[in-house]
Order: sequence, then structure tokens, then C-alpha cells
Amino acid sequence: MNCGVIVFPGSNCDLDAYHLVRDVLKEEVTYIDYEERSLQGFDVIILPGGFTYGDYLRSGAIAARTPVMEAVNRFACSGGLVLGICNGFQVLTEAGLLPGALCRNDSLQFRCRQVYVRIENNSLPFTNKASTDQVLMMPVAHGDGSYYAPPEVLQDLEANGQVIFRYVDQRGEAVKAANPNGSCENIAGVSNRAGNVVGLMPHPERAGEAVLGSTDGLVIFESLRGYCKGREVLKSG
Amino acid sequence: MADVDNLRPEKAPKIWRKLGLKDFEYEMIVEQLGREPNPVELNMYSVMWSEHCSYKHSRSSLKLFPTGGPRVVQGPGENAGVVDIGDGYGAVFKIESHNHPSAIEPYQGAATGVGGILRDIYTMGAQPIAFLNSLRFGPPNNARSRYLIEGVVAGIGGYGNCVGIPTVGGEVYFEPCYRGNPLVNAMCVGVMPLKRLVLGQACGEGNLVVLAGARTGRDGIHGVTFASEELSDQSEEDRPAVQVGDPFLGKILIDATLEAVEKQLVVGVQDLGGAGLTCALTETASRAGTGLEIDLKMVPLREEGLEPFEILTSESQERMLFIVEPEKLEDLEKIFQHWQLPLSVLGQVSAGKMVTVRHHGEVVAEVPAESVAGGAPAYEPESREPEYIGKLSAFDLSALKPAGDPGQYLLSLLSSPDIASKEWAWQQYDYMVRTSTLEGPGGDAAVLRLRETGKALAVTVDGNSRYTYLDPYLGGMLAVAEATRNLSCCGAEPVGITDCLNFGNPEKPEMFWQFRQAVEGMAEACRVLEAPVVGGNVSFYNEVEDEAIYPTPVVGAVGLLENAKNYCKTGFVRNGDLIYLLGPCEVSFGGSQFLKELYGKVAGRPASIDLEMEKAVQALLRRLIADGLIVSAHDLAEGGLAVALAESCLAGGRGAAVTLASGLDSVLELFGEGPTRVLISLPPEASDRVLDLARKKRVRMSELGRVDGGDSLTVKCGNALAFKLGLDELKKAYEEVFSWIRT
Amino acid sequence: MENSLQALGFAGVKGVRVGKYLELFLEAETREEAAARLKDMAERLLSNPVIEDYNYSLQEVKL
Repeated sequence: MNCGVIVFPGSNCDLDAYHLVRDVLKEEVTYIDYEERSLQGFDVIILPGGFTYGDYLRSGAIAARTPVMEAVNRFACSGGLVLGICNGFQVLTEAGLLPGALCRNDSLQFRCRQVYVRIENNSLPFTNKASTDQVLMMPVAHGDGSYYAPPEVLQDLEANGQVIFRYVDQRGEAVKAANPNGSCENIAGVSNRAGNVVGLMPHPERAGEAVLGSTDGLVIFESLRGYCKGREVLKSG
Repeated sequence: MADVDNLRPEKAPKIWRKLGLKDFEYEMIVEQLGREPNPVELNMYSVMWSEHCSYKHSRSSLKLFPTGGPRVVQGPGENAGVVDIGDGYGAVFKIESHNHPSAIEPYQGAATGVGGILRDIYTMGAQPIAFLNSLRFGPPNNARSRYLIEGVVAGIGGYGNCVGIPTVGGEVYFEPCYRGNPLVNAMCVGVMPLKRLVLGQACGEGNLVVLAGARTGRDGIHGVTFASEELSDQSEEDRPAVQVGDPFLGKILIDATLEAVEKQLVVGVQDLGGAGLTCALTETASRAGTGLEIDLKMVPLREEGLEPFEILTSESQERMLFIVEPEKLEDLEKIFQHWQLPLSVLGQVSAGKMVTVRHHGEVVAEVPAESVAGGAPAYEPESREPEYIGKLSAFDLSALKPAGDPGQYLLSLLSSPDIASKEWAWQQYDYMVRTSTLEGPGGDAAVLRLRETGKALAVTVDGNSRYTYLDPYLGGMLAVAEATRNLSCCGAEPVGITDCLNFGNPEKPEMFWQFRQAVEGMAEACRVLEAPVVGGNVSFYNEVEDEAIYPTPVVGAVGLLENAKNYCKTGFVRNGDLIYLLGPCEVSFGGSQFLKELYGKVAGRPASIDLEMEKAVQALLRRLIADGLIVSAHDLAEGGLAVALAESCLAGGRGAAVTLASGLDSVLELFGEGPTRVLISLPPEASDRVLDLARKKRVRMSELGRVDGGDSLTVKCGNALAFKLGLDELKKAYEEVFSWIRT
Repeated sequence: MENSLQALGFAGVKGVRVGKYLELFLEAETREEAAARLKDMAERLLSNPVIEDYNYSLQEVKL
């Protein structure tokens, strides 16, 4: 699996994603500058967390208009796998690659804590190593994480299996208290219609080593790895 | 030039007084300069000779601190201290106050405090890895205090979260004396390969003086002068003296600066903080023994029409000064262009020791660097023991005879704002970014792994101002002892400390006495505990309308764990483990949380400390942890043994059953406070070995009971039940008091 | 924010809403052209139509 981690001005979880892919998964990974215009040769592109351009206009709004995002757009249109984490999720919605938007947390405060999310669709390249309704413990750390989409869009997302992660309690129930930001329908992450672009607010790259408190995030990266390997076998076969 | 004109001595007699200088200091300036300073020069002198920059009331006392040691690479005097942590790496750290700005504008005051201490760390060439903070407010029972608390916490998070450095620890306490003058002390820790160390020195005649980062505006002009006066009703009008932070710019400035340092494109680096460009120019030149020639027309401005004195004293944030060899300028420019950061050559390093400032070619100031940066007088202020000391220490603690229900005492202590969980604050900080936080906020110290070496750093900030108020000398010792003990509780060896000394007006003999006593106590503890002071900050004039804060020395300490896998947590970890109390049994209600919460008093004598015993207990703890003999360790602090037991139960999610020896005053034993005491738990099979090691070190160990795996904490005194409280009851008390902040 | 205003002694404040106010100088031949470009900017960057509304006013200045 050959991963690219995009570095926008103000990205700050770039090194965490890089570290996880290189040192934990032992896969190839490269930083990609925000001015880069080609993404040839990559299997997976990760948009990491952070505060791109300070998030001063809206979270992710300026980063969504940088040169590299045109390349990400082409990469996604040709079926490439794109994972947006936290601010990366915000960038993907601002770029129109994912539906909806991320609003201010209902607490009006930044929230950093462990949450539980349930995998709602385990048929994607991002989730296919997970079991049905598997519950993952991962941290969130964001101020603008409240997922919003208009009711008709939400209906479509649910109907098409595009809601990928939902905040739940430890037992897997999607209760209000489990939701750290007041998102619609406890949504924590969604995909595009084709299922090759996924964004989520929690940080799977921070849940990849036991010393950090959880290894639950690994299933996402293991799924991606398995999918990419399978694709290679297909190609060479 | 209207503004400057008004500053001319003949137009406004004794204008230096308005700039915060004394007549005597003005005479010194004239003598050192060999002539009357012009208004621009006078402005430069006034900011650099302010208390904030010149340490004129504290310098002679600070000399008492031990600042050397086998690990010390850089002691006080540079932007931050550096300590060798092996494998060619150094830990770089410093703590600094931003009290006055935070009193006026809590969000920005706190945010720029974080931004300022951050720059001090990467200026040395280090990658920042953690923030900590120490906060003091008035009681959170009124809207004004809450406004300050919420603003400060949001500001700390707002800056730290955006720059992507985790805020991993801190402390928050509440006393009426901080109502008008809250304390915001921010600490930053960084790590670097030692060979990359750069200093804030303007070396090499002909090298270029380069200003990078934010454009210069009118914010923060004379901020240091503002910081060197007491706060008053009019202080809110000083809002322009508070700087505004831009954490995004701060973040890319770190990246660009560290890239420049790594590529060896700069020979000297200095951040622009208090006293702005004036400080950066004169300090770098003074440290290197060189001169500088610069032209202010090259300074990128945010707005037009800034006067030379404004450009020179502006405290606009997110700016760096580099000293660059001419042939490396192009490469440096490339880095900054990539991040779209302004960069401008102001002038060059010159022979001689004068800083010559031009404005569009015309000389506006010509001053000896050493005189401006280091020529301020060092005062030996008058010192007098305040009357309250004798009165309060005579308070008869033995007359208290508390006879209430110990369980209720515990619940009310747990729910006091000082002791209650601080999750309301730290859940607003990203304490995990950089995925190196092994132990985040809430424990005795935070632990951060060092990926490069497999080792880890433990970091903490501590200070108990009630103790220091009642006995500044003892309080100073206790602060150093507690900070280093917290490191040892994790298993880390203290390698250095940085201190933030928050006091009242040093020109008042009683205030200076507090300061001097506290420094002497701290210095003594540092000597015995072998914890060198490698940097810090003094904040005087923390007074509002003649009411001073408690003397508040805050100690930031850094410890080294040889093996990142081998550290101890505060919570109980396994059912069946034995619980012991390590250390002496002397405790007191003097200055205790118990006395404050249940009697509304801050009085009496805190328990004294035997520093040699402290050293022995800490060494023993580290040994026990390194050998894997104990599985939890928790320092006994505010609220004494009972609170520590409750905290270890809550942190581990396990109940415990404890029996105190009969015949003792159980309330005193449960809630009295004393130093050098640590609650540990260990597997039964390790107990012989642990007891043996303790005996050899002559450290007292008392068996208390057992982690019983139930859902309550049971404490017996002899055969009598003192209390039995469910973990849910304890948790509720521990967490509910700050529910208002979660809106 | 309401709480903070009360903390500063401003009573009787109800229903605080926060928005963004942006000010920009735009060179254009006509008012209509300026308005058209402004709407385009608002829709493509300055606001996010999923969660935000916008309105604008134009004022002629000579530079």
C-alpha cells in the first residue's frame, strides 16, 4: 500500500498519520505538499487533521481551494481511495467531495476525549475487515465537528449506506450522551456515493498503538491495506 | 511626528517617569549613554529597563538558584534552558507568566502567553512537544470569575490546539486573592538533537539581520511597561497593550524556522516577545558582543504611519529575528516564500557594540547594546517580615477538634474547586496530537514518549500558594519538592526545573520579603534534590488596589524515564494489590484544604519538610518503578491521604479497603497534609522486596489495605468504620462542581 | 456569549447570534458587474451554502 499524506499549511496531524503508516503498518508513505498537482502512483491519499489556514474563514475552506485538491478531485474521480480525518473531513466537504458540512460543536467548545463509534457499513475498502456493527474506541479532538446535512440528503445517505461511522456508547447504542458534538443522527463519518472517499471526525491514526490507549483505529488501515493488496493481485493476475 | 514631539524632554519634563523610569534610572541612562537620550532611545531604554525585561528587583536573588549540573547544557540567560537527556538529545523548556494581559483580555492574553513561550522553545532549534499551564483565579462562584476562567481556558486551547502541540498537564486553583489578578503561567517543553542548538546571538560582522513572520502593528506597545505596574480600574483602557495572537501564523513559523535551523541557514535566532524589536536587537548584539545597523523602513508594517518608537517597541506576535550569512539568504527566502511568510533584511551585524537604528536613512537611535539590554540597575530592595505571618502561624490548630462525619468531609473536599476533576479544562485541550502522550492530564505528571530514543519525559507544574503565603521559605521548598516528587511518582528522574515567580509589588518591603524567602527556600530544595534551575520568569506587581496575590512560586519540572515502557500511573490497577503509604507520618492542618473548606481559614503552620528524606523517598520510588515492583504511585497533596485514596480509586476504577491504626486522630490522619508522602500499590508477592528496599533507605512504609475490586472506598480506624463511600458517590462529588462550564 | 455579557454587567441581552462580516474592495466597471462577481465569490468561497446564508451591500468608493 502506497500512502500519500497531504500537508496543507496548518495541518498538524500529518506526522501522526505518517508515523502510523510507516512505523506501525510498515507500509510506504510520503508527504505531499499542498502545491503538488499530481498524485500518480498512490493507492491511498490521507487528508490529515489540523487547522488549515487557521480555519479562520471556515474549517477547511481555504485548503479545499489549494492546487493539490484539484489533483485529489481527479484521483477520487478515477476511483482512488481518499480518507479525510478531522480537518481532512472538513476539507473534503468544503471541496464538495463529500456531502454535508461540519458546524461548531453544540457545546461551543473544543472537545478532546475518547469516543465510541459503530461501523455502519463494513463493505467499503475502508471498513471491510471490520465485523458488522463493530464498535471502535478512538479519540476526537475538534471544535467544528457537528455533522450537518439537509434532511433529504441525510435520507439519501442512510438509504445508500453512506453513513459509515456513528457515535455510540460503549454498548453500541447511538444515544445522545455518546455524541461529542451534536451531529445529526450521531453521524461521525460519511462516504461519497461511490464509496471511495471517506471522512470522519474521530482520529483512527491516534488509536493504532496499545500505549496510546486503543488499537481500534487499525481496522480502518488494515482494511485499506487488504483492499490495495487484493487490487494488486488482480492487476498482476 | 506629533507623538514623538510630545515626548521631547523640553516639551514634557521628566517624560521618563511616564515611561515607568525613575529619576535615578534616567540619570544612569544619561551616564551610560554619555548624553541625553532622544525620545526613541528613551523608549528603547524604558521597555528594556522595565521590571519585566531587566529583572532589576529579582536579579540578585535569582543568583541563589543552583543553575549548573552534569546535564545542564544551557542555563538561564538564553531564551530557554537546555538539559542533556542522552543519545545526543536535549530537553528544552521554560515557563512564563502572562498574568496582566489575561486579566484584561482573557482569551488573547492566555493565547499569546502560549504563543510566546512556544517561540522561546523553537527559537533554540527545538521541536516543541508539550504545553503545560498553571492557573489561579478567584472562586468560581461569580460571573466575572467564570468569564475569566472560560476565556483563559479557551485561549490556551485556541492557540495550542491550532499549532498542534499537545497541552498535557497543568493545575488550577482558586483563592479570593486572585479575583482581580488571575495568574496564567504557560510552560512549553521541546526536544532537539543537541548539535542543532542555536542561540540568540548576533555573531559575525557582515551577517544579515533578518525579520520574519507577522507584519508589525500597533498592538502591545509598551506591553512590558504595563506588565511592570499594578493593575487598576483604568487597566481595561490598556487593552491596546494586549497583543493579539495568530496561531496559524505561529504554526507555519515553527515549521519554517525549524527547517531553516535544520538546514543550518541561520547562525542566530531570537523571537520577538516582550519589548519587541528593541529587545531582540539589543539582546542578540549584547550576547555576542557585536553591534547592529538596521533601517526600520525595511520592517513590514500592518498599517501605515507607525513612528520609529512604535516599530521598535511593538509586541506584535509571531515574529522572529534571524542572523544569517549573506550567501545563505536565498535559501532562507525560499523556505519562507513556500509558506507565504514575509521575510525582510533589516540590516547587518557591525563591528563595535552599538545598535544603530535608521528610519529611511536617518539615524533615529544609536545606543550601546549592553547598556540597553543589561545596564539596568540591580536593586537590593528593602525587606520586612509582614505582620500577618506571626499572627497566622500562631493560629491554634489543636483547638479545631473536628468531630463530623469523615465521609462527608471527604465528599466536600472532593467537590471543592481546587481538588475537583479538571476535566472541564483539559477536555478543551488537544492533549494527544503528535501521538506521543502516554499519560495525559489528570495524573501526578504527564508522560511523553521520545520516538527517537525509546525514552520518555515526564513533565509537571506545581505550586501551593497557601503554604507559601503562610511560610514563604517553607512554601518555596515544598513547591520544588512536590514538583520533583510528581516526576518520581511516574518513575522519572528530575533533570531540571523552570520557575515562574508570581509576587506582588517588590518595592514594598513585605512583598519583597515574601519573594526573597521563597527564592531561598526553593534554592535550598533545588540544591538538595539536585534539580538545577535552567530558566524561568518573574512576575511582580500582581496587585489590584493594594491587595496582593498570595506569593505564588510555580515550579515546572522535567524528568527523564530511561525506558518509555516503565512508568507508573496514579490509579489502582489490579484487585488484590496491597496499598502502602510511603514516607513520614507528620501532617498538619496548617494551610490545608480541610481548613479552607470546612473552617474558611488559611492559617497555621504547614508541616515542615526534611529534604534529605524527600530525596530518599524519591530515589526509592524511582527504583521501585524501574524494577517493576510497584504498579501505582500517587503523591499526597491537597486533602491528604483521604483524597489521594479516592483519586487512586477513581483513576483506576477500583474500590479499596483501608484500615488506619487505632489510637490516632483519624481526621487529622485522613485529611492533614504533609510533604514527602506517596500512596503506592503493589502485588502481594512484591511486598517483602519493597519493604526490604524501603528499610535499607530508611524510608517509613505503612501498610494501609488492599485494592479489593469492589465499587466503594472503605476506611476503618482500628475496628471502627470511618466511612464507606461508593465510587459513584466519589465520582459525582469529584466532577459535578464544574458542570456549569459545560453549558 | 450571553453569559459573558451578563458577567460584564450587561443585563437584558437575549438571543445573541454570531456571524461573519467581510469587507472587500472590488474593482469593477459597473455596479451590476460588481454584484455578479460578489455573488459568485460568496457562493464559491466566502459562504458555505449548506450551512450559511449571505447577503451583501455595495458601496461605491473612489480609490
